[in-house]
Amino acid sequence: MGFITATADRLTIRNFTEAAGLFRTLGASGFRRFSTYRQATVAATITNTMFGFVRTYVMLAVAGSAVAVGGQAAGYDAAQLVTYVWAGQGLIGVVAMWGWTELADRIRSGDVVTDLLRPVHPVLGYLLPDLGRAAYALLTRFVVPIVVGALAFDMYLPQRAATYPMFAVSVLLAVLVCFAGRFLVNAAGYWLLDTRGVLMAWAVCAGVLGGLYFPIRFLPEWAATAVYLGTPFPSLLQIPLDVLVERDPPAGQLGLLGLQALWAGLLFTACVLVQRRAERRLVVQGG
Amino acid sequence: MNANGRHGGVNVIEAHGLRKDFTVRVRKSLLRRERRVVAAVDGVDLTVQRGQLLGYLGPNGAGKSTTLKMLTGVLNPSGGRVSVCGLTPVPQRILLARRIGVVFGQRSQLWWDLPLRDSYELLRHIYRVPAAEHAARLRRCRDLLELDPFLDTPVRQLSLGQRMRGELTAALLHGPEVLFLDEPTIGLDVVSKQAVRGFLAELGESGDTTVVLTTHDLADIERLCRRIVVIDHGRVVHDGGIDALHARYGSQRRVTVDFDTLPPALPALPGVHLESTTGPRLTFTLDGSASVGTLVSALSALGGLRDLSVTEPEIEEVIARLYRSDEGRAPS
Repeated sequence: MGFITATADRLTIRNFTEAAGLFRTLGASGFRRFSTYRQATVAATITNTMFGFVRTYVMLAVAGSAVAVGGQAAGYDAAQLVTYVWAGQGLIGVVAMWGWTELADRIRSGDVVTDLLRPVHPVLGYLLPDLGRAAYALLTRFVVPIVVGALAFDMYLPQRAATYPMFAVSVLLAVLVCFAGRFLVNAAGYWLLDTRGVLMAWAVCAGVLGGLYFPIRFLPEWAATAVYLGTPFPSLLQIPLDVLVERDPPAGQLGLLGLQALWAGLLFTACVLVQRRAERRLVVQGG
Repeated sequence: MNANGRHGGVNVIEAHGLRKDFTVRVRKSLLRRERRVVAAVDGVDLTVQRGQLLGYLGPNGAGKSTTLKMLTGVLNPSGGRVSVCGLTPVPQRILLARRIGVVFGQRSQLWWDLPLRDSYELLRHIYRVPAAEHAARLRRCRDLLELDPFLDTPVRQLSLGQRMRGELTAALLHGPEVLFLDEPTIGLDVVSKQAVRGFLAELGESGDTTVVLTTHDLADIERLCRRIVVIDHGRVVHDGGIDALHARYGSQRRVTVDFDTLPPALPALPGVHLESTTGPRLTFTLDGSASVGTLVSALSALGGLRDLSVTEPEIEEVIARLYRSDEGRAPS
């Protein structure tokens, strides 16, 4: 892809170490930027944890009635649903489901010009700090809800050792897919003067179709399949959580990772193309 | 040709017939909108040699920033040819970015929530500057721009003057060949302005960095630029030194004299006009050809001359005249 070649023009040792330095420092910058907002982190973690309780009671009710009629709720038992909820509450902050408007704001204010004046592809220039941000969220916003959930309820622990590395890969892919989606939604600002509508549509879709409000598997199979294959949203929360609670056998887990990777590839290609189109027609407002 | 000389021969910036058209929609009635093409930059020719410090002037909306954006590769020209450091800005933007530095006075390239020190460290990696080179340049900027008191303060907490000094440093840390400054002293207090100006003057004297400076602050221009390009309505209306500007737009020197008592008759000299009389004080304006010496000796021959002062023409007045002379000309 274009942004890779722009950053590492020739693959030599020197270029490699330089690129590694760029990745490390830009990533670290994202970590540091977000770690300065401690109160925001605390507030968000508390909110995530409180909603964890609400969602857990709803899910336990669902599981309870499912057991009453002698079955599982769409393939999940009660403990799996508890893990699904609490790990999900932790992942909200890691993938940063909503609320990222940095690019749209910079387009609107015209500051995006300075992104173009740097010798780094803008997609990469936003992605690396976002990975740093995700790492920070992993240490704070991810850990707290899981600990609270584990103390308050019986959680399902993965039975297969391979599930852990698969979950880690799945979370990384989820961060990538979510970033690319947010980047595209923000980049609408190059063409629209007001991106609030698009951002809101993203937030609603990410919540409903991403598996936050309920597991997508609760839908009829044809509908669930359509959402999985037709939209990137299940890649944000649903797939990492399904991998974690071992909703599917190992082959199914791998298939889900493949689907995530496919969406990540598609969306990043779209990001690079959209960025190229945006640059071509760029008219910076004001100034 | 002295192609190897410090200021000699090498064109760092070349633009020929550079133009940029914007389409604006004008509301005609409730439903009808008319598209109209406005030329923001309308055929600018510009060559800048290595080491020059060029003042790029023009009234608001003249096309200064648009030109700068085309030179830096963030805006695609609608026509004409342009090359900066031998590169074509838009298609080779990322390559060019390594070789130029840009400060837009009203935009920030620093990270809002990071201290300056961290921003600089990031820039070092983004521009892939060897650590020793980076440290040396940063040390120089810290000394000249007095950055030390706020080097560890997050950018969002800096005052405008501090931030601008930070921005200048950020633009220079990778040792750019060309520095583009778009109104770098806008909104700064006197002390900060002087710091920035002094720094640019020193940069200009070293002769390694080519500087293109747009500003509305004419003191910047007088202090810093030997060459001035003035554009208006997207066209170059002047290209030359300050002296040439004065000569061309008929700048007038003023001679103010105080007499004990007003003399009954005044000498008539070519190119000298009496501008005003207030009590015993007379103010004359002199065209470029007239001599102050001749006027003074003629006046002192009248007797009773008490005091005398000569005022050089203000650049401000010249520029105002220049802008006004184009007023009323319909934009093409």
